[in-house]
Amino acid sequence: MPDDPEVVYVDNNATTRVAPEVLDAMLPFLTRFYGNPSSIHTFGGHVRRHVEHAREQLAALVGAAPNEIIFTSCGTESDNAAILSALESDVRRRKVVTTRVEHPAVLSLGKVLQQRGYHVDYAPVNHKGQLCLDALCRMVDDETAVVSVMWANNETGNLYPVLEIAEIARQHGALFHTDAVQAVGKLPIDLRKSAIDFLSLSGHKLHAPKGIGALYVRKGIKFNQFLIGGHQEYGLRAGTENVPGIVGLGKAAELAAEHMAEEQTRVRALRDRLEQGILSTCPDARVNGNPASRLPNTTNISFEFVEGESILLLLDRWNIAASSGSACTSGSLEPSHVLRAMGVPQTAIHGSVRFSLSRFNTAEEIEFIIEKMPPIIRRLRELSPYGRHGRPSRESTAPEK
Amino acid sequence: MWNYTKKVMDHFLHPRNVGEIPDADAVGEVGNIVCGDAMKLFLKLDESGTRIADARFQTFGCASAIASASALTEMIKGKTLEEAARITNQDIADFLGELPEEKMHCSVMGMEALQAALHEMNVGPKPAESEPGAGGAYDPDGLDRTVCYCFSVTERTIRDVARANDLHEVDEVTHYCKAGGGCGGCRDDIAEILADLWKQDETQDKAAEAPTEAATGPETGTLTNLEKMMRIQSAINDEIRPALQADGGDLELVDIVGDRVLVRLKGSCAGCPSAHITLKRWVEARLRELVLPELNVEEA
Repeated sequence: MPDDPEVVYVDNNATTRVAPEVLDAMLPFLTRFYGNPSSIHTFGGHVRRHVEHAREQLAALVGAAPNEIIFTSCGTESDNAAILSALESDVRRRKVVTTRVEHPAVLSLGKVLQQRGYHVDYAPVNHKGQLCLDALCRMVDDETAVVSVMWANNETGNLYPVLEIAEIARQHGALFHTDAVQAVGKLPIDLRKSAIDFLSLSGHKLHAPKGIGALYVRKGIKFNQFLIGGHQEYGLRAGTENVPGIVGLGKAAELAAEHMAEEQTRVRALRDRLEQGILSTCPDARVNGNPASRLPNTTNISFEFVEGESILLLLDRWNIAASSGSACTSGSLEPSHVLRAMGVPQTAIHGSVRFSLSRFNTAEEIEFIIEKMPPIIRRLRELSPYGRHGRPSRESTAPEK
Repeated sequence: MWNYTKKVMDHFLHPRNVGEIPDADAVGEVGNIVCGDAMKLFLKLDESGTRIADARFQTFGCASAIASASALTEMIKGKTLEEAARITNQDIADFLGELPEEKMHCSVMGMEALQAALHEMNVGPKPAESEPGAGGAYDPDGLDRTVCYCFSVTERTIRDVARANDLHEVDEVTHYCKAGGGCGGCRDDIAEILADLWKQDETQDKAAEAPTEAATGPETGTLTNLEKMMRIQSAINDEIRPALQADGGDLELVDIVGDRVLVRLKGSCAGCPSAHITLKRWVEARLRELVLPELNVEEA
């Protein structure tokens, strides 16, 4: 086992550990400085200054002006608020264009919008999960109110050409929103140089706590309130500010900027070592996604002829925390919508495991996982009627006629 | 994280009786890799030919599927065939302490594998998983018709599982045998089966007629050709395509010849193994409901 007796955590696309510096920055606002930033007194005003400082820190990370940042409760709120605001801004436009691989925060909203009579188009992806840009372009027209495309996919890590798509949307007078929850902090982002109108991000994906998110709204774009009430956040998002969360997110943004190069070098090298280590020791394993354009921290590997939940539970015996796109882990009966949209073969779709790293992972942890993986896969294949010690009997895998 | 009992984890981590029996007297096979779980059960009888001397299994699936199979082999070893035939999915779940509600289908898979193996030796009830009309089976009530095409579940299985486990909700049926857990297109059908099943049970009187479908069906015989075509077109564009698109598929109307509607499957529908079933089962049903009961949908 690694020196750290705790969990070997490689599920950072699900959530991340709060950085110690972030916690230190937050604590005073849970103890001494409990004032309401909207209050007139000095005690509240002091808190207000820290909220505004956090706004500056976060704006700097994404290349925005501080008054283009609205703090929200989570990525989902940001996604919902942006898309609904866009639809409200021009009621004559009744069309939304998005993709098949979005997070449920966008996909489920799309389904609801369809029920409300909006036309929603879902752009397809190819077997590597790359967006079919031509198809998406054909979907966007002068009836389109908003185009929403994620910056990076949470399951595969695939990156999408959002800068290009934002320009396409603009040509048709449509607004452009991107769910950048997985991208912020891992990739350099400069919104000043883009045509992006809305960008969603979430604190707990970049070492801030859960319960804090933000939405970037380009200056000059009309934003229609999602939460209606008081005058907080320039009157754009009502509700007393989550001050400790905001301060934590600001600090996390500052740290992310400092560690950006490390994500692209050290974290990427660890991910590559993990991927190569597993592929070279486990037969019949394949990478889901596009290795040429991916987040530096994510790899999604399918192990053919075995099932994902079983793999995760055996990894869990070694205190290794990862996740899977298998149906069984979620309690649904269908495997991941992302892998299905990519057309991952039926022999592989139930056996996917996602490893998502962070700057807190060590080389020792990665070697530990590489050591533990082959016996787990071998053991499950020995149980399976489909694999034979890693040598699949392919003729037996055809679905029943 | 599932709340598995210690016994489930024990049978998952240390499965008993794994493997094949080369000279097995019977083999029961259920599920397939597309559905996400599958099981193969091998039985070897003693010299008298009435008692199970050995049982082994292979399972592709999650922890509870592996544990259910392991438990089953332990339960049936040493039993007579008649005793084994009486084992239900609830017995398997009880043996393991408890299974999460959403995982009950794993215990049902064990029971079905056992029934399939016993059926090979002409013992016990007809296995639920057998395909419609398999072996020329007599099926006057049409209970072998497939209801859920995503997971190949027949009406007979749904009725058996619902009755054996006292299931009244569609979601419960999904948890126990997966039916309705894919595209969801058969959920109304399952609800009707449940309503019928429990109504029958209540009154024991089949004469209590359900309202006939014709009363609520679309008006027929009054459409001009043009009206029919326009209705078909709008049904496809407004109802059918958005639903398919949400799942990555799509479809194109090619032609209408009399009551034949010719379509071409696109997107992930093209090449999907169950696409022709989607066509006949769901697209045709929707068009018949929305436009005209006589319509037939065919792939162009």
